[in-house]
Amino acid sequence: MTELIQIIKDIYAFFGYDLTVGLVGLVVLLAFVPLNVVFMVWFEMKVAAHITLRPAFMRVGPHGILQNLADGIKMLGKDLITPKLADKFLFWIAPIVIFVPSFVGFVVIPFSPLMQIKDLNVGILLIFSFSSLTVFSILMAGWSSNNKYSLVGAVRSVAQNVAYEIPLLLSTMSVIIMTNSFRMSDIVAAQTPVWYILYQPIAALIFVISTTAECNRSPFDLVEAESELVSGFHTEYTGIRFGMFFMAEYTNMFIAASMATVLFLGGWHGPFLPGVIWFIIKVFFLIFIIYWIRWTFPRVRFDQLMNFAWKILIPISLLNLMITAIVLKVI
Amino acid sequence: MLNKITIDDATVNERVYKLNLGPQHPSTHGVMHFILTLDGEVVISCEPNIGYSHRGHEKMAENRIYEQFLPNPPRMDYLSGLIFNYGYCQAVERLCGIEVPRRAEFIRVITSELNRLASHFIGAMDFVMGLGAYTPFIYGWDDREQILDLLEAVAGSRLPYSYGRFGGVRNDIDQAFCDGTRRFIDRLRKRLKDYHDLVTGNIIFIKRTQNVGVITKETALEFGVTGPTLRGSGIKYDVRKHEPYSIYPEFKFEIPTREEGDCLSRYLVRMAEMEQSLNIIEQALDRLPSGPIRAKVPRFVTPPAGECYFAFESARGAVGFYIVSDGSRIPYRIKVRAPSFSNLYVMTKICPGHFLADVIAIFGSIDVTVPEIDR
Repeated sequence: MTELIQIIKDIYAFFGYDLTVGLVGLVVLLAFVPLNVVFMVWFEMKVAAHITLRPAFMRVGPHGILQNLADGIKMLGKDLITPKLADKFLFWIAPIVIFVPSFVGFVVIPFSPLMQIKDLNVGILLIFSFSSLTVFSILMAGWSSNNKYSLVGAVRSVAQNVAYEIPLLLSTMSVIIMTNSFRMSDIVAAQTPVWYILYQPIAALIFVISTTAECNRSPFDLVEAESELVSGFHTEYTGIRFGMFFMAEYTNMFIAASMATVLFLGGWHGPFLPGVIWFIIKVFFLIFIIYWIRWTFPRVRFDQLMNFAWKILIPISLLNLMITAIVLKVI
Repeated sequence: MLNKITIDDATVNERVYKLNLGPQHPSTHGVMHFILTLDGEVVISCEPNIGYSHRGHEKMAENRIYEQFLPNPPRMDYLSGLIFNYGYCQAVERLCGIEVPRRAEFIRVITSELNRLASHFIGAMDFVMGLGAYTPFIYGWDDREQILDLLEAVAGSRLPYSYGRFGGVRNDIDQAFCDGTRRFIDRLRKRLKDYHDLVTGNIIFIKRTQNVGVITKETALEFGVTGPTLRGSGIKYDVRKHEPYSIYPEFKFEIPTREEGDCLSRYLVRMAEMEQSLNIIEQALDRLPSGPIRAKVPRFVTPPAGECYFAFESARGAVGFYIVSDGSRIPYRIKVRAPSFSNLYVMTKICPGHFLADVIAIFGSIDVTVPEIDR
């Protein structure tokens, strides 16, 4: 047995990977992702409640912190219903597919100089390329459900994600050309005296707006707009399948906030406290802002959403990129 | 900006699909069912399908004495139930020729305006929730809760009141109620400003509602639209002013109107009416006379043979109670003219060309209650 493990390790080592780190990372991720979602949902409920002058749940555990855990366990016990006329295979695989990009994104997130599973030299690109898969899964879910609300939600999702990925990438590019690296740790290291949000405030704003749209959060939550489309693409999903979509949404939000922290808020940098705590504080500050927006603004309409992306965000982010490039060239 | 899309008849037939919006849907306020014909997300036709909460109130009236029908009208329009309750009482009083004591009239005006406020909170804030903003809705419920607490103390129930009696009201109001109402008025004047800051000035809200679902004056008159929906189209008509009943002529209040006729103007009219209701309540509390709260009426009223029509202004528009009596203790026929019914059907005219999301906005801005449509 030990020999076998040694052989596998050697094979991995040949390709430049350390199996031990990989396995430990996998286990930590499998534990961290759902617990993180549980905490984020609790946090959202509390933020929402305090914005709307309520205490939210207070019974299960101190300040109801175990409520969502209980809900998650309940969700595991629910029946998995597949609609009669659904495309069975796509319907089954869609919740699994949506979760892959969220997991993969965690591989490159640098919580602190040491707490990073793999410091890839294309870290940023990896997250972007995998997060594009999310829309694939939403389309599968919407199409296979054989429900008109789901289909409308899925169609909206494709158009929305394609439109908002462009300003997202453009605003990221203006940071990338300042650091000349796609490596997460390089970007963080480059922000030692001043955070990039001070050099690139417009890019940071566009990044946050676009990620809000990418994660289907309000006011851009047209994919699952509950007052129009019931639940959008996951209308027909029950039990833990719905839970997977739910978890993926929150995990994507966490990854988006982490990206924004790395790109604009100086990652783990900060005085007194250890790096990982600073990182978590910054991430949750951004998440709090996303929640705040969600519980304040109404939802935009679909044509307005597209106009906003194509007519406002993309020109501004292009202009911002151009100015950044020129300034860097001159200096 | 283009807010309405012209439908090209030649190519549209190949691409359309039907969508059943409701009866089980998060934003159809109960069991409303729309059969939408859609081209992508653009509405081609919108057909309301009513009758899901038909409970036969009008038929019920033919089988019970006048007093026994008292709890039914509030169950038609559950949000402004007290106004319906008084409306029925006033119709029977007109039929029997009962004179209502002045104090009872004042109590009726105060409580029905409070009820109108409660209803407008739901109307305006449910509309905002249909647009996706949840927080103003919760704030609205909070303020409505204060009204319900006040009304509960005097009427004994919170939603389907049967507080009105023929010739007056059931209980007298006390000093605690008057003080509580005054405190509530002060509080709400401040709160209304918050609502305007949070909702009315919001750019997304304005973009979503301006020039959406425009009801022209002609369309409004054609469909018999009443209430805030009519006044949002620029027609100054309010039963309280134009066919005065009770003691409304004694109070100073404005009829807020707006010319645009879109969702935003209907919302703004509703918000402005809340301020007017506060004015009426304040004036009524200042001039509240003492005296009996109920006229001397027999235990069971027996109206003379004949018929009577009584119109009053509920939170949603002009309601009419038409009562035919054959001289017995049981009404021969009661017909209710429900404003929600007329207001709802204007959607068939204004929805085509709008987006699916706009249907929700228009439906919310018209503010109907489903049990009132079906009765």
